[in-house]
Amino acid sequence: MDFNHIILFLYAAILAGVPLLYGTLGEIIIEKSGNLNLGVEGMMYLGAISSFLAAYTFESAFLAIIAGFLAGVLGALIYAFLTVSLKANQNVTGLTLTVFGTGVANFIGERLKMTSEAGTVIVSDSVIRSLLPMKLGALSDIPVIGKLVFNHSILTYLSILFAILMSLYLNRSRIGLNLRAIGENPSAADAMGIDVNRYKYLHILFGGGLCGLGGVYIALVTCVGNWQPNIIGGQGWIAVALVIFASWKPLRAVFGSLIFGALSMLRLYMPKSIIDIPASIFNMLPFAVTCLVLVISSIRMKRENQQPAACGVNYFREER
Amino acid sequence: MFKKTLSLFLSMVMLISLAAVQVHAVMPAVSKEDLKVGAVFIGPSDDGFTGAHYNGIEKMKEAVGLSDEQILYKFNVPENSECESAMRELVDKGCQIIFGNSWGYMNYMEELAEEYPDVVFSHCSGYKNNGVNFNNYFGRIYQARYLSGIAAGLKTTTNKIGYVGAWPDNAEVNGGINAFALGVQSVNPDAVVYVKFINSWGDPTLEKQTAEALLAIDCDVIAQHVDSSMPQVAAQEAGKFGCGYNTDMTAVAPDAHLTAPVWNWASVYTAEIEDLINGVWEPVNYFYGLKEDMVDISPLSKNVAEGTAEKIEEAREKIVSGEWDVFTGPIYNQDGEEVLKEGETLSDADITGTFMVELLIKGVKVE
Repeated sequence: MDFNHIILFLYAAILAGVPLLYGTLGEIIIEKSGNLNLGVEGMMYLGAISSFLAAYTFESAFLAIIAGFLAGVLGALIYAFLTVSLKANQNVTGLTLTVFGTGVANFIGERLKMTSEAGTVIVSDSVIRSLLPMKLGALSDIPVIGKLVFNHSILTYLSILFAILMSLYLNRSRIGLNLRAIGENPSAADAMGIDVNRYKYLHILFGGGLCGLGGVYIALVTCVGNWQPNIIGGQGWIAVALVIFASWKPLRAVFGSLIFGALSMLRLYMPKSIIDIPASIFNMLPFAVTCLVLVISSIRMKRENQQPAACGVNYFREER
Repeated sequence: MFKKTLSLFLSMVMLISLAAVQVHAVMPAVSKEDLKVGAVFIGPSDDGFTGAHYNGIEKMKEAVGLSDEQILYKFNVPENSECESAMRELVDKGCQIIFGNSWGYMNYMEELAEEYPDVVFSHCSGYKNNGVNFNNYFGRIYQARYLSGIAAGLKTTTNKIGYVGAWPDNAEVNGGINAFALGVQSVNPDAVVYVKFINSWGDPTLEKQTAEALLAIDCDVIAQHVDSSMPQVAAQEAGKFGCGYNTDMTAVAPDAHLTAPVWNWASVYTAEIEDLINGVWEPVNYFYGLKEDMVDISPLSKNVAEGTAEKIEEAREKIVSGEWDVFTGPIYNQDGEEVLKEGETLSDADITGTFMVELLIKGVKVE
């Protein structure tokens, strides 16, 4: 195992981490508003199929990204309407959204493939080229850093940008403070004169859009614009675990998605001659680490590392 | 005395009638117009494995001359009690024969066959047969993999060939790897086949990542025993080459794909349905190969090395004529021990059984 191999491993870890980061950021902002949305996987599926359709039909990478975002928003709208307006159970609604999104995406994808001549549907090369990892001139030629930092898809940089902006928004802005208040204690926030439902709606929708972008990344970058059945394959669920790992902090989510990406790539890049343990152990690692984080954070009981207190509980104004 | 003779006579009658049932296990003929065929499939119609089955049924439909209404499909059926209820539903709708294409359906189908003795249950990839109305069918895909191995062995320049495998310790997967590696070694004795298992039959993202990890250790041909075409896409992106599986993947990776081992399930489906219509369906197991056109490789693409077609034709002729098969000794295991002596050939039971589960040949490296 040489040094170059380690660089390739780290690079693969980053690529694997990006869709997780989108899902995690989306879920963090949703949970900060006091709603637990288990539909991350479903919204990623919706984002994936919509961006794929847009890229396939309009041959535009920009429209594909917009379509993926809007599809995630639409999925989240169903969730928001059911849980915020109709006060339906959040867990059940989220799970239903996952089943719904998975079904819709696979259904459309299957129809598309079966009706095409060659039995495969592929987005045109020019669209994909503009989304795939690209070199940034001389910067990309710097050894090590050039490959690891300056050789990525535009969606990768966008995800980091979202994480930084979200962190500033939550911790440094008035609206962000209001949002956190809603997540901790909606009735107090309501008494303060904050429009709880409007906040919840807007942030759930935005979070859904971010999850949708995760789907865009998988459909157009990971799978290079080839539609495949079961394309998301459970990555939305890993994102839900990552939210806990990141203790609801956007910047820690960047770090966490890198770790999860690296852990999932470890078994593929670790030569058997160095460590020879069953693949199942490697597969288990991210979740074992999440359990560990849960245990440690509950022992330390630092208030800011906990789940928002009102997360998962619907807010009834009449019950104040 | 009389009583004893009588009881002896009666027990003889019983024995003979029992035997008679065993012998006359031919299912009654079903007229073509009344025939209804059920198909219970593990995946959607657009994935690699189930897609090939779907095409097989559709081709059978045309060959036999059935209408669309006579074929009842169930897609995405998991390997649990859901497959049982799906099959019951098909029986209720009047199907006289039901195909199931996944390993995990086996025991459910065996029980259902007992419960509905006048319906044929035909199971793909298992090994059970009840001698009445339950049989199994599969193909010698290893023969096609051997041929694709020749294309890979001639193409590689780094002498490292990557193989994205589904499950470790599985007879079908190991048989495929071994046959592929034997094909590679037949033209390029120095080449090593590096295998990485994904522990799943298909997961697009993981398949691509695994292929990329194989490319990272300098493999320049990527073969696969997984469902999606992502390993070929990875090879194409890296400017390297590959052998697909299930369907011709040249359309997906036009500059990378060499050839793919493919299934032609139509041959077995057509045979079984015609037998049923003609009243000669018997519970025999099908294990067809290149000779019966059950398996083949997709047309060689423009990317293959010079002389590939000739080498493959040579091997194909030997296999089709029956003078030689892929698993003919000498074959050595990972430790270099001879597991099959020169001139000996593996039995079908060994090819699909524990012998293969435990065997990875010399020249294969699991990474």
